[in-house]
Amino acid sequence: MSIKKNGVTRRKVLKGASAGLITAGVAPSIFVKGAWAQDFRNDPKGGDVVLGFNVPQTGPYSDEGADELRAYTLAVKHLNGEGDGGMLNTMQPSNLKGNGILGQKVTYVTGDTQTKSDAARDSARRMIERDGALIITGGSSSGVAVAVQALCQEMGTIFMAGLTHSNDTTGKDKKRYGFRHFFNAYMSGAALAPVLNAEYGSDRRAYHLTADYNWGWTQQESIQNATEALGWETEKNVLTPVGAGDFSQYITPILNSGADVVILNHYGKDMVNSLTQAIQFGLKDRQANGKNIEIVVPLFSRLMAQGAGENIKGILGTANWNWSLQNDGSKAFVKSFGAEYGFPPSMAAHTCYVQTLLYADACERAGTLYPPEVIKALEGHKFDGMGNGATEYRAEDHQCFKDVLVVRGNQNPTSQFDLLEVVQEVPRSQVEYDAKIFGGELGPYEVS
Amino acid sequence: MDAFFLQVLNGLDKGGAYALIALGLTLVFGTLGVVNFAHGALFMIGAFCAVTFRKLITLEQVVLSKTELSPWGTPLEIRTPYAQQWFGDFGNVLIDYSVPFSLLLAIPVMLLIGISMERGLIKHFYKRPHAEQILVTFGLAIVLQEIVKTFFGANPNPQPIPQALQGAADLGVMVGLAQHTITYPIWRLVYLLFSLSVIASVFAFLRFTTFGMVVRAGMADRETVSMLGINIDKRFTIMFGIAAVVAGLAGVMYTPILPPDYTLGMDFLVLSFIVVVVGGMGSLPGAVLAGFTLGVVQSLASMTAVKDILPGIDQIIIYLVAVIILLVRPRGLLGKRGVMEN
Repeated sequence: MSIKKNGVTRRKVLKGASAGLITAGVAPSIFVKGAWAQDFRNDPKGGDVVLGFNVPQTGPYSDEGADELRAYTLAVKHLNGEGDGGMLNTMQPSNLKGNGILGQKVTYVTGDTQTKSDAARDSARRMIERDGALIITGGSSSGVAVAVQALCQEMGTIFMAGLTHSNDTTGKDKKRYGFRHFFNAYMSGAALAPVLNAEYGSDRRAYHLTADYNWGWTQQESIQNATEALGWETEKNVLTPVGAGDFSQYITPILNSGADVVILNHYGKDMVNSLTQAIQFGLKDRQANGKNIEIVVPLFSRLMAQGAGENIKGILGTANWNWSLQNDGSKAFVKSFGAEYGFPPSMAAHTCYVQTLLYADACERAGTLYPPEVIKALEGHKFDGMGNGATEYRAEDHQCFKDVLVVRGNQNPTSQFDLLEVVQEVPRSQVEYDAKIFGGELGPYEVS
Repeated sequence: MDAFFLQVLNGLDKGGAYALIALGLTLVFGTLGVVNFAHGALFMIGAFCAVTFRKLITLEQVVLSKTELSPWGTPLEIRTPYAQQWFGDFGNVLIDYSVPFSLLLAIPVMLLIGISMERGLIKHFYKRPHAEQILVTFGLAIVLQEIVKTFFGANPNPQPIPQALQGAADLGVMVGLAQHTITYPIWRLVYLLFSLSVIASVFAFLRFTTFGMVVRAGMADRETVSMLGINIDKRFTIMFGIAAVVAGLAGVMYTPILPPDYTLGMDFLVLSFIVVVVGGMGSLPGAVLAGFTLGVVQSLASMTAVKDILPGIDQIIIYLVAVIILLVRPRGLLGKRGVMEN
């Protein structure tokens, strides 16, 4: 019997049958949410989505950790459709509906990093292995971020970093499973240098005091490169031990060194102490080379500003975000956070809140919780309405690129929280760099 | 030359704090034979007496504004310190001089804490090995710092220098040098004078009072003094309280230099023990001498000229000097035979 009737050939039948079989086999995988996802660690399989918040709950950064935890709790509430929704209302584009993640309720577990790499890895591992955490997020230190990020890469668990400012986090130590929303030391230098140039002139001699660890070195190198490119000279860079307490022996050599700008590459308690003591030694009341001596703190946070008290007034630095920003996203977040806790959020709280929403949104866009697909959804993702203007998660290094704030210690604060005033919102284009300059390899999507 | 002079001043200032803590440690060791690792915590508690005092006198009346709103939509809080309302100008002076005034709070509080600590815990460990004393007092120090953290948080609590004592004094001009050649913070000079005064007072108390004479006799031969019918234990308990007061006062006055947080005591503890060992266990003059010596040595090692030749020397110099002194004089600078040798 001929099958060539009506133009149908045997070849066409075989083609059609093959296509039909393939379609029948694959279609469910395409049209059913998450159906391509193979088994992966801590797949909730329709149950609650568990997030692991790894923040310093004890130790010197526990106040910052407490603020991060407040932000995470608020983010979970908003994701589950409770409260006023915060930045869910301003995020663009957004696939978040206030019904959890992919319709599954969001819950969380917490760990204490103690701002120690070993303790942070232990608590992250515990949350992944015992508590079923699908992601790990949080932290207040670059050392911790790099250590936890490496662990998360090994375990195939996404790490959404909290406060970490070292170039290395998304540079030589970057990982496929690690993502940083916070800005970095390079961006601080690139944003701050032109403002310093405009405020203090191009004929300046800088004296650096630098915390003797990874973040301090990268911060110092970045700000030195940026200021020297504008014509400044570097008088000296003195490394100071972390937790030195009394910095007087490092400050006195500055007095008659000929330097007319002092750059304190310190963070946290070290910054509070070195700035307080530099002011007490009268550095701001002196002159060198016929100019007033100026003090600069490249990385500011509101909690540090509170610790330094009056001494912060008039000092220039950079910040990832400030609660006084008047864009829609910032206003929505400050309103939610302030109504919940009675005071405005810190920039650490902001970055943690945003990271949680970004992860949730990526899951919605990917249509699955399967980490490699969520990672692909985050890579190169462009968004707005989260407080920093138009932002992009660069695919090459998982670093967020957005405007950077240059801030100054407020001369006339109106409240105990009104400590920093925004001097300039430096556009993203000015702080962007080639991902290759810091090296590193992201690693594979699939891990065994 | 000016850099050298400034570093010597720095060293003396730093040494003042070391000497005050080491003096208290030595008093406790010399009288009770206890190695007290909680002594640094007493320095920290003293600092928090200043923080507490300031919090009390800056308590504010909060009135909610009927017209203005905060950025998060709640009524704006208008705050006025009660001290200002009740005492007028004196209230402002009280707030401005909160650190010196808080010494008045610190003395009874530290005395009470010191005596309670000795009666409640330390006395049960007199006859126990030094290792056990170290363990229990170290544990106590951790408990105390966690309590402080619970109430005051982990962030540093800045304390202001009174306005009249802010800024730097031009010491160079006083000795005929050009302006700004040698300037030094006024408060640090105040701290140096304060620590010298406290040290002198402790020595005078032990040297010129009957109580001090009995204590010195007890330190030399506890059993003989007891056999004379003197309750030496009671006097030693009071000495523990005095040692706590000395550490506490040092902590109060140090708060404008180093905004205190709960780790303040631990930061000073290790250095203070080195000071005690270098000075000679149980020797009060040794503790003072070693405190100032190590403070000055540490500062001089941080001079640019020195660091250019030996980078990082500032971070190890104290330990290096301690090793050398103990190799040359195993009992420390002014240590006596027989102390901690059996």
